[in-house]
Amino acid sequence: MYVKQISVFIENKFGRLADITGCIAEHGIDIRAMSLADTTDFGILRLIVDKPYEAEKILKDNSFTVSMTSVIAVGIDDKPGELARAIRVLSDGGVSVEYLYAFVSREAGRASVIIRVDDGDKAVELLTSNGIKFLSDTDIADM
Amino acid sequence: MMWQPEAETMSRKGIEELQLAKLKKTVKNCYDNVPHYRKKLDEAGVNPDMIKTLDDIRYLPFTTKEDLRLNYPFGMFAAPMKDIVRVHASSGTTGLPTVVGYTRHDLDVWSDIVARFIVAAGVTDEDIAQISFGYGLFTGALGLHYGLEKVGATVIPVSSGNTERQIKLMKDFGTTVLISTPTYAMYISETAKKLGYTKDDFKLRIGLFGSEGCSIEMRSQIEDGLGVFATDNYGLSELMGPGIAGECEYREGMHIAEDHFYAEIIDPNTGEVLPKGSTGELVLTSLSREGIPVLRYRTKDITRIDYEPCKCGRTHARMAKTMGRSDDMLKIKGVNVFPTQIESAILGVDGISPNYQIVVRRQNYMDNIEVKVEVVDGSLLERFGELENLQKKIQKQILVVLGLDCKVTLCSPMTIERFQGKAKRVVDLRFTQEEK
Repeated sequence: MYVKQISVFIENKFGRLADITGCIAEHGIDIRAMSLADTTDFGILRLIVDKPYEAEKILKDNSFTVSMTSVIAVGIDDKPGELARAIRVLSDGGVSVEYLYAFVSREAGRASVIIRVDDGDKAVELLTSNGIKFLSDTDIADM
Repeated sequence: MMWQPEAETMSRKGIEELQLAKLKKTVKNCYDNVPHYRKKLDEAGVNPDMIKTLDDIRYLPFTTKEDLRLNYPFGMFAAPMKDIVRVHASSGTTGLPTVVGYTRHDLDVWSDIVARFIVAAGVTDEDIAQISFGYGLFTGALGLHYGLEKVGATVIPVSSGNTERQIKLMKDFGTTVLISTPTYAMYISETAKKLGYTKDDFKLRIGLFGSEGCSIEMRSQIEDGLGVFATDNYGLSELMGPGIAGECEYREGMHIAEDHFYAEIIDPNTGEVLPKGSTGELVLTSLSREGIPVLRYRTKDITRIDYEPCKCGRTHARMAKTMGRSDDMLKIKGVNVFPTQIESAILGVDGISPNYQIVVRRQNYMDNIEVKVEVVDGSLLERFGELENLQKKIQKQILVVLGLDCKVTLCSPMTIERFQGKAKRVVDLRFTQEEK
């Protein structure tokens, strides 16, 4: 249903992304998905990792500004129209999407979508009643 | 509590009479024993007998740091070397160091005036005081050291640096009073937090911060972080060191030790003495100094003086926290800007660390300022808009305080340089080639 997402403040400065990713790589943390929009001065790097608590601690210890939040993770079939269906369910139910990013999973024919919405509980209710499957932190860790 | 109640509560008339008597003596001493002063006074057509009232001080020429350098090392001393028992010097980053000498009596006066602000802050002989100023030629550490010993506190002369050890000693020794620059106190507080300590792990109750300016906002952050009551004090080695002025428990200005120093406020551009209550450059004359008496020293510090007696009962005039230095003052698009003004504008903003840096550039013949701050609040990362709002909020605060538009840059924590001594908050690139 909900999975832990790590957000890291990132300045638009040469080498910063390499610093952050290098820092978690050193501790053997695996990134499942990430998102970073193009920005002018600064941005927010969003990460889904196999060990979110460890990642949060390591980044904090290395003086990064970090927060851990819960976002909705759904698993859909990797075929045309599946994402559209899930989003349609939300918009018809009046839930706004703030941002989302998707990745194809190792399991053949499946894709995962991370969604941040304005009303999480309502989104969960809508998606559940429309038979859309969720991913848990364990699913993410086991990928 | 007062250390020397009789001196500290003297009537205005009493203070002025004492000042005049001591001023006459000081001018005569300078004229008789320091060739530099004799020459300068002769050139200005002034002789010591012309000083009939305190106002007559304006006939005397100013003394600057340059005068001390020209007479390096001991040329300005009025006492013979056999009577000089200590020498201090200010850092020589901009040329030769300025050297000052103290007689035994000077050291006695100095430790008394330091004891005044220490006691005013609430320190007693029961306290354990950790001095985290660097020991050496710099007057801060030894000045506080002798004052604290005089009061009877237990002194831990740990000196600056090695912050983790500082924190360990602070905890193990049960330090109750911390003496450092405000910037270093902030750094100690941040480091302690990072090491997993809370303020309950320490017995700290008082912070005596000095040697650089500290805005009220910065002070409250240090107070919250370390669990102390903090006071500010003022001094400069050319005149004595710390203790020239210090706050009492009301913290409405720093009481100047007027029985030992005469203070004037002048217009830094014209040198004219300004009316009481005006803001301008502080000029100080030593009244008790034997080793190196100083006439009308231009401190370059911008402040104003309030002569109203204080709620605490002290009658000594109070100088406001310095608003900057006449030579640190930045002129940006014709507006006078002091780094401390920017500091007070941003330190009240939530979500950022107290460290900041001001970068001034000139592009297409136009000055612009960039203020760099560190984002520390992770909850701002929920939405990108929150960060943009933070940026706009700081920009607006600075616009309100300074009337200047500036660029605000959000940085990651610990990316702005930390300083263990005095903070360098301003990087002025207008007259230099910026490295790309």
